[in-house]
Amino acid sequence: MRTADLLRFDFQVLNRHRFRALMMLIAMSIGVAAVNLLTGLGEGAKAFVLGEFSMLGKNTLIMLPGKKETSGGMPPMMGAAPRDITLQDAEAMRRLSGVVQIAPLIVGMSEVSYGSRNREVMIAGTTASYFSIRQLSIRQGTALPEVPSDVASPVCVIGWKVKQEIFGERPALGQWLKAGDRRFRVVGIMDAKGQALGMDMNDLMLIPVASAQALFNQEGLFRVMIEVQSADMVKKTKQRVIDTMKLRHEGDEDVTVITQDSILAAFNKILDTMTLAVGGIGAISLLVAGILIMNVTLIAVTQRTKEIGLLKAIGATDRDVLQIFLTEATLMAVLGALLGVILSETALFIGRVIFPDIGFHTPPWAMVMSVVIAIVTSVLFAWGPSRRAARMEPVNALQGRN
Amino acid sequence: MIELQHINKTFQLGDQTVHALDDVSLLIDKGEYISVMGPSGSGKSTLLNVLGLLDQPNDGHYLLEGTDTTQLSEPERARYRRDHIGFVFQSYHLVNRLNARENIELPLVLAGIPPKERAPRVDEMLQRLSLTPRADHLPNQLSGGQRQRVAIGRAIIMKPQILLADEPTGNLDSKSGADVIELLEELNQQQGITLLIVTHDAAVGQRAHRRIRMVDGRIDTDKNGA
Repeated sequence: MRTADLLRFDFQVLNRHRFRALMMLIAMSIGVAAVNLLTGLGEGAKAFVLGEFSMLGKNTLIMLPGKKETSGGMPPMMGAAPRDITLQDAEAMRRLSGVVQIAPLIVGMSEVSYGSRNREVMIAGTTASYFSIRQLSIRQGTALPEVPSDVASPVCVIGWKVKQEIFGERPALGQWLKAGDRRFRVVGIMDAKGQALGMDMNDLMLIPVASAQALFNQEGLFRVMIEVQSADMVKKTKQRVIDTMKLRHEGDEDVTVITQDSILAAFNKILDTMTLAVGGIGAISLLVAGILIMNVTLIAVTQRTKEIGLLKAIGATDRDVLQIFLTEATLMAVLGALLGVILSETALFIGRVIFPDIGFHTPPWAMVMSVVIAIVTSVLFAWGPSRRAARMEPVNALQGRN
Repeated sequence: MIELQHINKTFQLGDQTVHALDDVSLLIDKGEYISVMGPSGSGKSTLLNVLGLLDQPNDGHYLLEGTDTTQLSEPERARYRRDHIGFVFQSYHLVNRLNARENIELPLVLAGIPPKERAPRVDEMLQRLSLTPRADHLPNQLSGGQRQRVAIGRAIIMKPQILLADEPTGNLDSKSGADVIELLEELNQQQGITLLIVTHDAAVGQRAHRRIRMVDGRIDTDKNGA
């Protein structure tokens, strides 16, 4: 039989059994769409999380108190440290070779008020270097003053959201805010920037680190950000930082230094596993669709026993009959898979429109795999019933016996 | 050109063995017109199925134009059916989703003949069967006689040497039945197709030049002449 004739013949069959064909198409397309959608969502989430973390910059080290494994996952935000990292420790880092600049960080929550308005705001004590390390841009005013880190001064830079909530449309620059029992003059307002590393930069107030030490009555630093000259010096510098801290802390290695790469690697692993898991769930629905195709093919073979007998009587070989039924199943799979891909792509497109921050994209491997699996399972599952059709004795089949 | 040598065919029916064909030997010349009659279960349909290569005998030899068909593989037998044998069934066995033209065309499609060659052959066949105005009708839009004519068209589109008809008038009224028999006889006389009709209808059976009567899987009588 010619391929064109075979396809036409099978299309006529599908057209004749429109309802049955439609049901199979729906099952197949849902299976394929599930794989594509779930992996697409997984990839979107992964891209989003990794994007957040790569804001750090490739040549930034973060030092935090306490010894933690850095390879197994994200270190806890708050660790009980045996020994604080002091401002002097941080300053010592600045002098290391390969280090461009450092920014100490102390974080705490405090009630911030202006006039009758007040709200709880996250306050970060740091230095001017923080702005360049984190690539924060100033919308109005200036960044924190370039003064030695142990100099406290009553100034602050506030995030966009803090500005809106506390000052509304009124000008904020030059106004005095009250935080805890201290007063800070607003010298700058940050540009709107997204969430990063668990901190909403819009909902943040930055003050000099020495002021934060006084405000929170805390000597120890929460983090020290260290910017290294170049990405290939990160590893060497990291070791140098650890060695220096060890010296300063009487031989105890009680700090953890993490790099963007180690965080990204850990997240990548977790998120890949997640994507694979949800993709696997989708694949199960594909399998279900495959079994459906098997059953439907079985029913088709039973219903069309007489036709099979006739085809054989007028010269169809076993192979012809096998081809007719397998092609029918493959057609269903291909059409269903196409429909599924269109469905999932449409859904992901809508997802991208609604959440422009998250790049929902089905990875190409998942799309190819879902289509391949759909076709392979269909052919595999249709093989048994089709072979049964092919092997029928023509004389029995003509009489409707099989 | 057709030679059956000591053909046996048995069926297992429950714990009973039924001898559908019991040592049947038969010689059929090209162009003969034969009727096969006999009571139900006498093996006449089995004979037809064996002759049509739809069924394989348990033993014996079946020579078709000198080829021992009992030695052929499955695809070879399918090819023989396609090229040498045409079937006409009592219940027509038309494919319901295909129209008259497509049903007649089906053997050509299975044979892999290109569409350009198929079209004129099918057109000619429709013309000859006076079915041209009905070409686009589905089987359920055709009368019994028309359906059987479509089936005959399908049977002879590959120009077979043998035409096997199993109760071709069984589902038809006498008028359409007579038309169908006339058409079959015309094919036999004008084209020299070997025609073998299995029938219950004595009137139909009597028209054949050679009349075989079967009883209990054996050829009981084999009469020649009018």
